[in-house]
Amino acid sequence: MHSFWAVFKRELKSYFTTPIAYVFLVIFLFFSGYLTFKQGFFEMRQADMRAFFMNLPLLFVFMVPSAAMRLWAEERRVGSIELLFTLPITVTQAVLGKFFAAWLFLAIALVLTFPMPITVCYLGNPDIGLIITGYLGSLLMAGGFLAIGCFFSVVSKNQVISFVLSVVACAVLVFAGRPTTLNYLSTFFPAGFVSAIETMSFQTHFESIQKGVLEFKDLSYFVLLIVGWIAASSIVLDERKAS
Amino acid sequence: MISVKELRRSFGPIVAVDGISFDVEKGQVLGLLGPNGAGKTTAMRMLACFLKPDSGTATICGQDILKNPVEVRRTLGYLAENSPAYNEMTVGSFLDFVCDVRQIKGGDRKKALDRVVPMCSVESVYHQTIETLSKGYRRRVGLAQALIHDPDVLILDEPTDGLDPNQKHEVRELINSMAKDKCIIVSTHILEEVEAVCSRTIIISRGRILVDSTPKELKEEYKCSLDEVFRKITKTKVA
Repeated sequence: MHSFWAVFKRELKSYFTTPIAYVFLVIFLFFSGYLTFKQGFFEMRQADMRAFFMNLPLLFVFMVPSAAMRLWAEERRVGSIELLFTLPITVTQAVLGKFFAAWLFLAIALVLTFPMPITVCYLGNPDIGLIITGYLGSLLMAGGFLAIGCFFSVVSKNQVISFVLSVVACAVLVFAGRPTTLNYLSTFFPAGFVSAIETMSFQTHFESIQKGVLEFKDLSYFVLLIVGWIAASSIVLDERKAS
Repeated sequence: MISVKELRRSFGPIVAVDGISFDVEKGQVLGLLGPNGAGKTTAMRMLACFLKPDSGTATICGQDILKNPVEVRRTLGYLAENSPAYNEMTVGSFLDFVCDVRQIKGGDRKKALDRVVPMCSVESVYHQTIETLSKGYRRRVGLAQALIHDPDVLILDEPTDGLDPNQKHEVRELINSMAKDKCIIVSTHILEEVEAVCSRTIIISRGRILVDSTPKELKEEYKCSLDEVFRKITKTKVA
């Protein structure tokens, strides 16, 4: 357990000792705010955060892989992976340590959007429960994207390649659930197949959590997704760490 | 303390280590000699449980590298080639990280740092980030990291490569001072180093052990300098 904490602590610190954290936070906060107001936050004349949460999947498609790409690609490129895995650390501990550090970093980014709920509370009487589930959904979604990013960071030593691959993978999972895609697919695929694609998409599950309904199927979707991609990362890393 | 049995590893069609076996006891400094690409680094990486062997195994302090890799790493101090480290960290926070992983806490940590920092002379760069260090200081930080838990077994992959003559001398002194109560494997292709620190030498080429002897015996047997011995052995025996 101490090895997990050591990796976790080091990784989280490394975000803040390099400019990554600050660049990431500034850009994330700017766009999360900008897109919210551009979507017509005031025009809606409703005290809720729908306009804010609506844009998060798209923003995460780009932002989360950029936070995840360095996790293992950097380690393998610099060679510090040889140091890490000649210390008494198992692959699983290291993968989990890094994953949770990056997840906490994304959680910090989400927490820093606090002026948004404060604004909404100041302007009206929003449903606090809805805001909390919205954040919970966003955090789970960030975790899912991060697990995917983590996997592609293991696959390639090159950060650019791992970034592009994870953006594509995340985008596919988001856009698969958009009505336009589903309508198009339903013109030539049977309904069962289309609804299978819909249930595999981030969008569907994120929206249903955002509505304030915490269903087992949505939570288990994110948990399974994270566990699956993290397990895949561990297996691939164990194979490729020295190559 | 180290017992290697028929260790073998290949990368695709290239056989890097081809069934090597040897034992090293406490108090011995084993010099692993060989031309570039002979399989020294691969062999050491397998001993440090970074690479998995294709076949064969080894035990370090009674722990098997295949069955208990984490236990092996706990008892082992390992300095990799080019001493990899986290570039954005300061030397101090890097050593703290290694202490965290190795569960050296509180008073023990202070003692360990007080011992290892002057020993590897990294006091002057303690608060500097690792990316700003020269090659020599990087190597010393790597050494400090390998020695921080006072391991019984040390594996050093080219510990003096790229150092200036003074630094080389210091590292050799350091190895000599620890030789008595540890079991050390040093890889190198600098022959004067073998004479300066090693009590035993193994010459490998193309993954096979060609000679297992002491530097002194080798010189007596071939009646020439180690340089020539090395050339004779690696050139004739391989062909």
